[in-house]
Amino acid sequence: MAKRIEVSGLTAYYGTHKAIEDITLHVEPRSVTAFIGPSGCGKSTFLRTLNRMHEVTPGGRVEGKVMLDDEDLYGPGVDPVSVRRTVGMVFQRPNPFPTMSIYDNVAAGLKLNGVSYRKSELDDIVEKNLRAANLWNEVKDRLGKPGSGLSGGQQQRLCIARATAVEPEVLLMDEPCSALDPISTLAIEDLIDKLKSQYTIVIVTHNMQQAARVSDRTAFFNLAAIGQPGKLIEVDSTDRIFSNPSVQATEDYISGRFG
Amino acid sequence: MPATNKNTTTRLGDRVFSTLSKGSGIALLVIMAAIALFLAIRAVVAIREDEGNFLTTFQWDANADPPVFGIAVLLFGTVVSSVIAMALAVPVAVGIALFISHFAPRRLATTIGYVVDLLAAVPSIIYGLWGALYLVPHMTGLFLWLDQFFGWTKVLAYDGTPARSLMTVGILLAIMVLPIITSVTREVFLQTPKANQEAALALGATRWEVIRMTVLPFGRSGVISASMLGLGRALGETMAVATVLSPSFLIDPSLLESGGGTFAQNIASQFKEAGGTGRDALIASGLVLFVLTLLVNGAARLIIARRREYSGANA
Ligand SMILES: Nc1ncnc2c1ncn2[C@@H]1O[C@H](COP(=O)(O)OP(=O)(O)OP(=O)(O)O)[C@@H](O)[C@H]1O
Ligand SMILES: [Mg+2]
Repeated sequence: MAKRIEVSGLTAYYGTHKAIEDITLHVEPRSVTAFIGPSGCGKSTFLRTLNRMHEVTPGGRVEGKVMLDDEDLYGPGVDPVSVRRTVGMVFQRPNPFPTMSIYDNVAAGLKLNGVSYRKSELDDIVEKNLRAANLWNEVKDRLGKPGSGLSGGQQQRLCIARATAVEPEVLLMDEPCSALDPISTLAIEDLIDKLKSQYTIVIVTHNMQQAARVSDRTAFFNLAAIGQPGKLIEVDSTDRIFSNPSVQATEDYISGRFG
Repeated sequence: MPATNKNTTTRLGDRVFSTLSKGSGIALLVIMAAIALFLAIRAVVAIREDEGNFLTTFQWDANADPPVFGIAVLLFGTVVSSVIAMALAVPVAVGIALFISHFAPRRLATTIGYVVDLLAAVPSIIYGLWGALYLVPHMTGLFLWLDQFFGWTKVLAYDGTPARSLMTVGILLAIMVLPIITSVTREVFLQTPKANQEAALALGATRWEVIRMTVLPFGRSGVISASMLGLGRALGETMAVATVLSPSFLIDPSLLESGGGTFAQNIASQFKEAGGTGRDALIASGLVLFVLTLLVNGAARLIIARRREYSGANA
C-alpha cells in the first residue's frame, strides 16, 4: 500500500478553457502533501486529474502524464474505474449516500465490481474503518440508521471511512474541513495524521495553519490573472515553504499579503 | 404612530387572507361532501333494488325489472388491464427516463424529452382510435405466437378472432401512461445530487453501479408516485378502452380473447340507454372505482412513508 505519484507536464481543460498548465511534481508515499493557493487557481481541478475524476465533467480533458509507481494512469487501456478504486477521494462537502445506513455507507465501495464478501468479513471491515476514522464509538449503536442523520463532522469522518474501506493506495482530500467546526476539524486532522502511516495523502486547504499542522510537503499554486491557467509555483517541505520559501509570491500568499 | 399603523395594516391583510383561504377550504370540503353524499345515496338506492349480488354477479341488467347487476366482471377487467399496463409501462418508463437523464448525449436527451412530453398531451380518444384501427389488427400475430407457446395456460389462449380484449386494452393503456410516468421519473432522476453520484464514481463505481447506488434509490419514491399517477389514469381511462374493447359480462379465462369490461368503459357505454335504476347502478360502480383508486394511492403513500428517513430529502 501507499504509492508514489509522479506528475509531469500536466495540463487540464474545461472545454476550451485551460484551467491548469504544465504541472510537474511528485508526491511521496506515506506522507501528507498540502495544495495551497488562491481560489480558482486549479487546486481542485488538479486533484481531480489524479484519480481521473476530471474527465467526468462535461468537456473535461487532460494532457500530460500521471504515474502511480510504475503505472501510467492515462495510459492506453487503463480503466478509469480501477484508477478510482486505487486512488480514493474525500470531497469538500460531506456526501454520505442519503439512501443508505451508516453501515452500508462504509460497505458501499466493497459491494462494487461484482466482488462479494461474507457478512462477518463485512462487519469486520466496517468496524475497522469506523474505528480508524475515530467514529466507531459515536455510531456503533446506530449502524442501521441513515448516514444523513449524523452531524457534519461525523458525516465527513463517515466519508473518510467509506473511502478507506476499499483500501486505496492514495487518498485525495479536497478541503475536507471547510464545512466543519474547529472541534471536528481537529478530529479530522488527527485522523489524517494517523492515516498517513498507511496512505499517500494529498489535501487541498485554504487554511495555512492546517497546511502547516498536517502536511510534510506543501505545493503552492497560483494564476497570473483571472482567466489565465493556474500553475505550480513551488513545492517543498512544509517547514521550508512556511519559513523560507524560494519564490516571493509564495511568501506574499502565506503571510496574507494577497489572494 | 406610523409604525403601529403599518403593523395593523399587515395584520388586516393577514386576516383577510386567512379568512379567504379558510373560507375557500371549507367551501371546497362542503361541496365535496355534498357530491359524495349525493352519489352515496344514489348508490345505496341502486344496490337495494339489485336482485343479484352487487359484488359477485356476472351480469349487468340494471334496466330490467327486477334489476340484476354486479361489478365482478368490471372489477376484474379494471384490475387486470391496469396491472398489465403498469407491468409493461413502469420498467420501460424507468429505462427511457434513465436513458434521457444519464446516458443520452444532451441534444438527443432534450429531443426525446420533448417528444415524451408531447405524447403526454395527446387526447385519449386519439389513442383509442389508433388502438381500434391499428393496434387491434396488429395484435393478432403476437397473440397467435403467445397462444402457440403458452396457450396451454388458458390465460394466454387465443382463437384468432379480432383482439378486442383486455390484453390489448392493457397494452394500449401502457402506451398511454408511458409518457407521464417517463416524464415525472426523468425529473426525479435528474434531481439526484451530483455530490452523491461523484462519491460513487470516486469509489470506483461503473456508470451502471452509480445508477444502482444513487439514482435508483434516490428516485424510488418518485418512481412510485409517477406510477401512481399513471395507474390513476389507467384505472379511470374511459374513451380509449370503450373504443377498443368488445365488452361482455362473462369472465373469459383468456386475456387475449374479446370480452370483459372496466368500470369507466361500462359507465360510458351504458349511460345513454340507462333508466333511473340503471344510472344509479352505474353511479354505484363508479364509487367502487373511486374506492379502488383511494386504496391504491393509500398503499403507495405507505410504501413511500416507510422509508422516509432514507429518502434523501434531509441530505
Ligand atoms: N465544471 C467546470 N466547468 C468549467 N470551468 C470550471 C469548472 N470547474 C472549475 N472551472 C474553472 O477552472 C478553474 C480552476 O477551478 P478549481 O475549482 O480547480 O479552483 P480551486 O483552486 O479549487 O478553487 P477553490 O479554492 O475556490 O476551490 C477556475 O477558473 C474555474 O472557473
Ligand atoms: Mg476547489
